[in-house]
Amino acid sequence: MVDNINFESSQRRVNPLKFMLWLLIVSIVMMFAAFTSAYIVRREEGNWLEFDLPSVLIINTVVLLLSSIFLHWAYVSAKRDNVGSVKVGLCLTIAAGVAFLIGQWIGWGELVDNQVFFGGHTANPSGSFLYVLTGVHAFHLITGLIFLIIVVISAFKYKVHSRNLVRIELCAIYWHFLGALWIYLYLFLTLNH
Amino acid sequence: MSSTDISLHNDVHSGHDEHHDDHHDQSFIEKYIFSQDHKVIAKQFLFAGIFWAIIGGTLSSLFRMQLGFPEATFTFLEPLLGKWVEGGKLDPNFYLALVTMHGTIMVFFVLTAGLSGTFSNFLIPLQLGARDMASGFMNMLSFWFFFIASIIMFYSLFLETGPAAGGWTVYPPLSALPQAIPGSGAGMTLWLVSMAIFIVSQLLGGVNYITTVINLRTRGMSMAKMPLTIWAFFLTAVLGLLAFPVLFSAALLLIFDRSFGTSFFLSDIYVAGEALTHTGGSPILFQHLFWFLGHPEVYIVILPTFGIVSEVISTCARKPIFGYRAMIGSMLGIALLSFVVWAHHMFVSGMNPFLGSVFMFLTLIIAVPSAVKVFNWIATIWRGNINFTPAMLYSIAFVSLFISGGVTGIILGNSALDIQLHDTYFVVAHFHLVMGSAAFFGMFAGVYHWFPKMFGRMMDEKLGYVHFWITFICAYLIFMPMHYMGIAGFPRRYYTWTGFDTFSTFLDMNSFITIAAIVVFVGQFIFLFNFFYSIFRGRRATENPWKSNTLEWTTPVNPGHGNWPGPLPVVYRWPYDYSKPGAQEDFIPQNVPFSQTASSNLPHERDFE
Repeated sequence: MVDNINFESSQRRVNPLKFMLWLLIVSIVMMFAAFTSAYIVRREEGNWLEFDLPSVLIINTVVLLLSSIFLHWAYVSAKRDNVGSVKVGLCLTIAAGVAFLIGQWIGWGELVDNQVFFGGHTANPSGSFLYVLTGVHAFHLITGLIFLIIVVISAFKYKVHSRNLVRIELCAIYWHFLGALWIYLYLFLTLNH
Repeated sequence: MSSTDISLHNDVHSGHDEHHDDHHDQSFIEKYIFSQDHKVIAKQFLFAGIFWAIIGGTLSSLFRMQLGFPEATFTFLEPLLGKWVEGGKLDPNFYLALVTMHGTIMVFFVLTAGLSGTFSNFLIPLQLGARDMASGFMNMLSFWFFFIASIIMFYSLFLETGPAAGGWTVYPPLSALPQAIPGSGAGMTLWLVSMAIFIVSQLLGGVNYITTVINLRTRGMSMAKMPLTIWAFFLTAVLGLLAFPVLFSAALLLIFDRSFGTSFFLSDIYVAGEALTHTGGSPILFQHLFWFLGHPEVYIVILPTFGIVSEVISTCARKPIFGYRAMIGSMLGIALLSFVVWAHHMFVSGMNPFLGSVFMFLTLIIAVPSAVKVFNWIATIWRGNINFTPAMLYSIAFVSLFISGGVTGIILGNSALDIQLHDTYFVVAHFHLVMGSAAFFGMFAGVYHWFPKMFGRMMDEKLGYVHFWITFICAYLIFMPMHYMGIAGFPRRYYTWTGFDTFSTFLDMNSFITIAAIVVFVGQFIFLFNFFYSIFRGRRATENPWKSNTLEWTTPVNPGHGNWPGPLPVVYRWPYDYSKPGAQEDFIPQNVPFSQTASSNLPHERDFE
């Protein structure tokens, strides 16, 4: 009798943590949507300083893409219980992530050399926006690096393998998202310069 | 930051899977302070919300005294407020700070954190048949971030230069330039820091609410069998998740403008004859960003009470809610529309008239789902077997306030009328009725209704009635005259208006409003007494005192950690089977299978027997 009722099997179809991560990603997307739409609205109003993007940004983009490839390699290795390459892959990802951050720092240096400042009486919102977009993205990338370090530590304790994938999977989702976010920002900035 | 939380929590779970609740005794701190139990966190939010409501109400009483009795001297306030009332006269800067903090506290700390924080936390797991929230740890963090935000905001009240004073909307350039008013100094900095932390708290909470609703429903609880409360809390959390990050962006840019010398919102300004270095910013840009949050925010405030009121009205009218699916549909419609109407707050900020008519059109559409809801509530009460509990009185009054306040929304939504009325008390009356009073009434309904489940005791009904009638009558006595004053052109935001002959005829009316405001504020202490007295001395509650259908009433009188001592309840039916023809009692809880109610089953339900 009771069995006739067509129950919806609502028992944890998605891992709740993964679902939460996606929701947090949505909120980060909204934040950058606000920044970039503010950028467009402000640009339309004129009094907008035009300058060239730092040339190092394209190198940084490639580095960040590489880091995502390393992380994917680590993830696939974890699935196949290839613990050694998990560690190598994760360490390479972190190295590439740090390299990206250093590259962004160099990019800021280039901007300063070109007299494009974040604040002060010579600053124009067009320059300030570039600092904000890259800076807030870099902040999130640092949180991603912290997450990666946690995963690396557990990998060295042999806790990342085919039956314990949740952690590296969440980390990979977040990291790939940050990469995709950067590509969006890079394209956005390139098209608007 | 958030990502590390997740991995930490994952560790906790993989350590000891199912039996983490009842076995070990918790220390006092684990149980009542750093608790991960959603019921305790809900109560923490409730107490914090009550604290903030008292502060917010006190502030409004103070500035109402200034408005109602502009010639009087308030020397008796000097011991409390010191230099802010030198010689018994309210300082103009203090007046602006009072209005600003009243708005901030009421909108964010009481009606967002206090309301959603309390009822989403308390009811989502209980009504869905879940042991707890998806992540108890993040839920705890959500409260403690709110607590830190509260401390910072509270501290800013005691600064020498006063708290933020640029209005709760903190429009630059006023809010961005410390030279402009004292309140834009340290007070504004603390305001921004506090709000940034507050947003983090809301996001942590909202992510939890959504995840719990999607993932942790008990067996049989499909989305179409959820109580309307859960639908309301769910959509509120979605709105918060999409809107609050935008406010965060705006706040961040404002922080940069204030402290790092950027010019996002500041453009070519002279202060005291001296040109500032800022150039090229756009203050309108801030308004767009702010109201993109700000308009969904008013629905974040009112949607939870839609759910609470639907639940209370159906239970106390002993009738199924009229148009269950229409109620869900209208809430979805309102949630969707809330993101495309923000610029109706900016009709007088200088907008392209064509854009204005687009926003006007979208704004007026909101009247449709709102009217559907009002119609359904009235149709639910219609010929019902009504129990006039205090919660029911508050719910019916909610509908009344929502209609009165909503109708003026249609007037203000028209850009041509808004330009005339925007800077008058008509707007104040409109939003205080429709989102201020109405949301408070919904919150009171919720407290009176779920108090037995929260504390295992009943609140006193007679005191509840006294509290209700004082609050209800005074709410109208305060805000109805404001409509009239607004149409007559009486300007809002003015510290003093006695310098204008045109407005001096409104002296009596202002005094009248002030007296009503103070009466209603004092009346709230009846509620406070009733609330705290009943926690300790109230009549003991039964498991299901209102004969209600939803799952929270199937728990023990004082549900422990994990909510149900045995297995989780299974859901067979929707939550509104009240007064079903042929049934033995006038309610059938959600966990009663159709096989036990053969006499009342409808033809299409016989298949489930």
